[in-house]
Amino acid sequence: MKPKALNDNPFMKPVEWASLALLCVLIFGLLPLALDGFRLNLVGKYLTYAFVALGLVICWGTCGILSLGQGVFFGLGGYCMAMYLKLEASSVENTKIQSTPGIPDFMDWNQITALPWFWKPFHSLPLTLIAVVLVPTLFAFIVGAAMFKRRVGGTYFAIITQAIAAILTILIVGQQGYTGGINGITDLRTLHGWDIRTDTAKTILYFVNGGLLVACVLVAQFVKRSKLGRILVAMRDKEDRVRFSGYGVASFKIFAFCLAAAFAAIGGAMFTLQVGFMSPSFVGIVPSIEMVIYAAVGGRLSLFGAIYGTLLVNWAKTTFSESFPELWLFGLGALFIAVVLAFPDGLAGIWRQHVEPRLTRRAKAAPAALPQGAPAE
Amino acid sequence: MFGEYSLGDLGAIFAMQGFAGLILFSVYVLMALGLAIIFGQMGVINMAHGEFMILGAYMTYLCSGFFQAHLPALFPAYFFVAMALAFVAAGALGMLVEWGLIRHLYKRPLDTLLATWGLSLILQQAYRSIFGAREVGVELPSWMMGSVQATDAIEIPINGLFVMAVTVLITLVVAGLLFASRYGKQVRAVMQNRVMAGAVGIDTGRVDCLTFGLGCGIAGIAGSAFTMIGSTGPTSGQLYIVDTFLIVVFGGAASLMGTIASAFSISQTQSTLEFFLSGSTAKVITLLAVVGILMLRPQGLFTLKVRR
Repeated sequence: MKPKALNDNPFMKPVEWASLALLCVLIFGLLPLALDGFRLNLVGKYLTYAFVALGLVICWGTCGILSLGQGVFFGLGGYCMAMYLKLEASSVENTKIQSTPGIPDFMDWNQITALPWFWKPFHSLPLTLIAVVLVPTLFAFIVGAAMFKRRVGGTYFAIITQAIAAILTILIVGQQGYTGGINGITDLRTLHGWDIRTDTAKTILYFVNGGLLVACVLVAQFVKRSKLGRILVAMRDKEDRVRFSGYGVASFKIFAFCLAAAFAAIGGAMFTLQVGFMSPSFVGIVPSIEMVIYAAVGGRLSLFGAIYGTLLVNWAKTTFSESFPELWLFGLGALFIAVVLAFPDGLAGIWRQHVEPRLTRRAKAAPAALPQGAPAE
Repeated sequence: MFGEYSLGDLGAIFAMQGFAGLILFSVYVLMALGLAIIFGQMGVINMAHGEFMILGAYMTYLCSGFFQAHLPALFPAYFFVAMALAFVAAGALGMLVEWGLIRHLYKRPLDTLLATWGLSLILQQAYRSIFGAREVGVELPSWMMGSVQATDAIEIPINGLFVMAVTVLITLVVAGLLFASRYGKQVRAVMQNRVMAGAVGIDTGRVDCLTFGLGCGIAGIAGSAFTMIGSTGPTSGQLYIVDTFLIVVFGGAASLMGTIASAFSISQTQSTLEFFLSGSTAKVITLLAVVGILMLRPQGLFTLKVRR
């Protein structure tokens, strides 16, 4: 292939604009029209996982860093949001019967009499919104800086992030008085006085969620298409060569990891808002690895693939575990193995290898157009 | 937290908890030994390692039931049979998995992680379907119960000593196998350079298969030992997988000595802290310390000097 100058590269190719349009039609048009309130809320919940999958496309697919601790960032974002909502729900009038009114009920049950210091900032909505993104990103920065500056990568990084997910889960479960323990933070009611439990609120939140997701897709696309994105790919494929060319490999990796963490955190916060609670079961190793499989099924290189992968896996999970709970784990396990062995590029890979060449051939009706190589991603 | 105890008490507490932690240590060492072979030598991230351990635990459970019902005379000796069976069953399953799954993935280590995670889900559900979701326990023969009274304040549990002895034996056998036998030389050659090893006439496929089987088999024995400290359920193995990986990484992935040393320090820290703090806090502190040290010293405790 002839080398192209960087500025020949448009922000998105026509096919990608088309996929974006299709995604928008699906999220904002078809799904809300076709589904009832309950199912739409369910899809909204799935779409919050898609934020994590998007982050993994950047971090894992593009940059080659497999993080098994994305649940940590999802959870931190979600917990930040939940803390604000919980404080609002535990106003002095609402909690009159407690021995210490004005603090969340689970603190009262655990004989805590004053609000811990790290809960205090969450009285304010602006601070909360900042914390939702900042706390997980900062955490990712610390972990990433500690690891990547010392050239820890690949499998080691995966194992350490996994350990961090385990630690955070045990910590949240163990410190019941401060975190709500295994039940998490429940009974959330209003966001700045606006009841989030009504059907209208849920529909509005669904659209906000969809809008944020599309925004994140655009940000991720911007990163992928920029020069930065090319360095990320180069690092994935030949890290040493990039390092010897004079780039600070660690900083780029930290950036990719932090971006993925920020996406996951936004997803977590939207999850709390739409589902109405947050618990440690979304932080640990099992959910974190499940989030990786969303990206893997959709295609670890494709932003749109990741979203469809998330929707597909979750839809399958809900359907199967409703009707055949026994078979679901077999199915999920087989899915992991099949994706890895047979379709390493997931749905997007199948599309690109089998469907797209056929479509272009038909569209052009050209004599035997050779299947084009995968687009430079 | 040490304030209310005298120095002598503290010594006894440390010793007691140390001996009480013997079984945990043995389980950790055996699990980590298997993983050090699979992960350290072969570079495969086997997330299903805990499920291989649980297979060993279920074999022990079946043996215990079988001997109680049909061969009560031989019941005192059943544990040896159980351990052998656990090794064979887990090893055979391991070889099957290597042949069906792992051998396609040697060039993509991160993908082995996803595939073996899928495998672990399948195994968990299989255990649930076969043995039921309830946790099961085994009956120990009477000679393994009780403890040796070392001093007034210190008791050493007999089953701990027994498992410890088995662990030492297995460690020696594995070390001998890897470092002093023809097979071990082949293993190390294949792990260093699969293509070159094949070129000089080593059957790399066979070596890979045996090595993976060996690692899984040892995990099976760990499962046998595990039945003494906990009841066996379909998902019990998952609780141990993170600890085990940390032990292997902490010790320096390629070093057997390091694996043992780190298993010892981690299990003893945890078991000692558990006396003073709640179980979950002890675990958090231990894991945090390990992760903290790994951030400062990512190559682990014991390692060859290699420039990466």
